[in-house]
Amino acid sequence: MQMVTRPDMAVVKLSGIDLELFDSGQDTQPQSPILFLHGGGGFHPQQPFVAPLSTRRRLVVPSHPGFGRSSLPDWLDSVDDIAYLYLELMDILQFDRIDLIGCSIGGWVAAEMATKAPERFRRLVMVGPVGIKVGPSDRLDIPDIFAMPQAEVDKLLYHDPERMKPDPAKMSDDELAAMFRARETVALLTWEPWMHNPKLKHRLHRIKAPTLFIRGDSDGLVSQTYLEAYASLLPDARTVTITAAGHVPQLERPAAFAAEVMQFFGE
Amino acid sequence: MRAWHFSETAYPYLPPAETYPSIRVSLPNRIYDPLKGAALYDRFIDEWLVAEDEGVEIMLNEHHQTATCVDPAAPLMLAALARLSKTARLLILGNPIANRRQPVRVAEEMAMIDVLSHGRLEAGFVRGVPYEVLPANSNPVRMNERHWEALDLIVKCWTHHDGPFSHEGRFFHHRAINIWPRPIQQPHPPIWVSSTSTGGAAQVGARGYIQATFLTGFETTKRIYESYRRGWREAGRGQDVPIDRLAYAALIYVGENDARARAGAEKLLWYITANKVPPHFSNPPGYVPVAMNVQLAKGAHNVVSAYGTKQSTVEGAIEAGTMFAGTPDQVLAQIRKHWNYVGGYGNLLIMGQAGFLDHEDTVHGIRMFAREVYPQLKELYPDTTISGMTEQLSAAS
Repeated sequence: MQMVTRPDMAVVKLSGIDLELFDSGQDTQPQSPILFLHGGGGFHPQQPFVAPLSTRRRLVVPSHPGFGRSSLPDWLDSVDDIAYLYLELMDILQFDRIDLIGCSIGGWVAAEMATKAPERFRRLVMVGPVGIKVGPSDRLDIPDIFAMPQAEVDKLLYHDPERMKPDPAKMSDDELAAMFRARETVALLTWEPWMHNPKLKHRLHRIKAPTLFIRGDSDGLVSQTYLEAYASLLPDARTVTITAAGHVPQLERPAAFAAEVMQFFGE
Repeated sequence: MRAWHFSETAYPYLPPAETYPSIRVSLPNRIYDPLKGAALYDRFIDEWLVAEDEGVEIMLNEHHQTATCVDPAAPLMLAALARLSKTARLLILGNPIANRRQPVRVAEEMAMIDVLSHGRLEAGFVRGVPYEVLPANSNPVRMNERHWEALDLIVKCWTHHDGPFSHEGRFFHHRAINIWPRPIQQPHPPIWVSSTSTGGAAQVGARGYIQATFLTGFETTKRIYESYRRGWREAGRGQDVPIDRLAYAALIYVGENDARARAGAEKLLWYITANKVPPHFSNPPGYVPVAMNVQLAKGAHNVVSAYGTKQSTVEGAIEAGTMFAGTPDQVLAQIRKHWNYVGGYGNLLIMGQAGFLDHEDTVHGIRMFAREVYPQLKELYPDTTISGMTEQLSAAS
């Protein structure tokens, strides 16, 4: 994965947190903006899905607390905390009703937000989302990425690990630091219960927005069974598969990913 | 100077290391034969009691899901030792309180042992090595913060005697704390904390607890002790840090002659050579600071493990200051060199049994140390000695 020097992203102050924010700024269209919530690997404006999603729509992407240049206050230790933070962000940005995309752990944040304030979301896209527990108690729904070698994690993350996996030897100190900090924050947020909030699945029925669940067909973290079980808990949801992609189809097949999303958004 | 016999109660009967990826966390317990394990427990307890007979104090620790240390509930072993021993101080180093869900329970366990042993407990607390977080399902992020909140709460459990008090902290919540029994030693048993970071050592020094460090050799130990002394002085505890506030753990084997010393030292190296642990267990996210991970990614060595380093040989380990081994004269010289370099310490934690070092050789090593080296160390370094005199002298000049 090519890492590029991070261009200027605004930093806004929210609940005492310095929140790094990408805003494509094209707010001339009548359509609602898109709020994009990144996964455990973090966000960079050069990521390949940004252009196709922001051509016709205003695209806003925060770096979650503990990712990128966003600060991580002592009191923040759960996905739920981030969900409330972003509802506040929507208030500040005067986003009344928006389209929401969440990837992986960002999908979990999105689901929490949509259960808290269902009326504020027009359409919802969940990309390889985590956040619920549907399988038996003696088997992890989401494999333990912290109990296996990085090479094994890469195989679960990507359809084509050789092409996609980050190469620490080519990364600057700042990029390395961001990567390790992201990893640490993922652990903080997902360690126990592992990758889920036991309460969330009992709240998902509150979500009003039509929802599209997207999964790369080589995703080794989020199984098809898990995705379908997740979707079945929402009143109006369907699933779609992107071929030749793993857990991050927005990076591995950005064009196919953007096409599915924009079609679902009615573009 | 006080010396402590430290045994990890290891289980050495393992298949070849190339047949498993890790000796810790994931090694199936079908490999463990409980009957052989029972015989080992008997033997290791006997060795602690031999140490006591020789005037050496007793130390143990706690690890989980590992063949290197089959003592996942160290307070249980300590309770047995409290009744089997008569005079030795009993050091547990330590309770992994960042991984324990109830610090109040730990305070109760330690108070019980202090009473059972008629006031011989030395209560140690450790953050825990990185391989411990999965067995405990303990979040590796913010462990230090949990550690210190837990330790402060435990001290309050021991020292508060007027009925229930409440604690509503960041990590732990109790509405009615009032432990029975309370410890014999007043105001509380001596507290030890192990740390491999300078920041941690400064905090330990500020509180005046005993700072221990394991296998950190010359440079790292020196830095840790300097931080401890700085923390001590900045907290207003005075200029002089008594050496009894500092402890160093090394692999130590004393033999009556070169051949026997060499053979014992080789077997002790099992501590280092058997500790095969892959990076995903030895460096979980958040265990070391981000900046350290950046350095590790660029090729720095992880100080948590000496596995695969030059310390895997007797010469390498002696040169690194992680092992003191040889005849009595040689060992005394090695200890003095290390002691002087790091500024002085008053507790020597002797990792004196490992792997296939059998009972007879273990006892030989304990006795040779106790009879031929220990008396000279006590004479050289009485407990009233001040640690870090060289930095005091240079500061004064």
